[in-house]
Amino acid sequence: MTGGGLLAAGLAVGSVAFTLVAVVGLYRLPDLYARAHATSKADTLGALLGLGAAGVALGGEGSVKLVLLAVFLLATAPTAAHAVVRAAHDQGIDPWTRGAGHGRGPDAEPEPEPEPEREPEPEREPDGGAGG
Amino acid sequence: MDALLFAAAALVVLGLGALPRLVRGPTVGDRVVAVNALGTTTVVVLALVAAALEEPGFLDVALVYALLNFLLSIGLAKFAVERGGVL
Repeated sequence: MTGGGLLAAGLAVGSVAFTLVAVVGLYRLPDLYARAHATSKADTLGALLGLGAAGVALGGEGSVKLVLLAVFLLATAPTAAHAVVRAAHDQGIDPWTRGAGHGRGPDAEPEPEPEPEREPEPEREPDGGAGG
Repeated sequence: MDALLFAAAALVVLGLGALPRLVRGPTVGDRVVAVNALGTTTVVVLALVAAALEEPGFLDVALVYALLNFLLSIGLAKFAVERGGVL
């Protein structure tokens, strides 16, 4: 096997390893935010390594498209994770914290229904005088 | 090249491993994150197969798949919330 072949194989093994980390994180982490954190980083790095392996093996002919693909993935995977997480935060899903009220584990059911928003406290009457 | 095909097969298995999270993930966001990870893995599998079979035309499929994957995530995130300003 040539040096380029060895390099491509090593990059492919690294890609599989990082994707494995991402998939394990998808199961072991407790809530959406942590899962998005795991996949958006480990999966992106695994994808970049895999595209590097393909680029090394393919040589010159497809490398422009591969570089384009790598740049696009590097830009969009964290952006998509950010959008999903922000949408979840706007929906009012609380991040998991260890033992703070609801100790939701990795396999816990979602909370039955989100707590109704607390009604705003009635406006206090402004004082009549300045403490006269 | 065999190593790339083995890596592609391993990535297919890992991508299928994300499916149970897609099925039972408690919120919509969990499912979208799982689909996103699956789509990224699919793009890498396409690139590796293109390199292993020496068919650069597969890279176009991978590129379009990456674009559609990004649009899917942004679209679901946008329409999952009422006001829609997620970016």
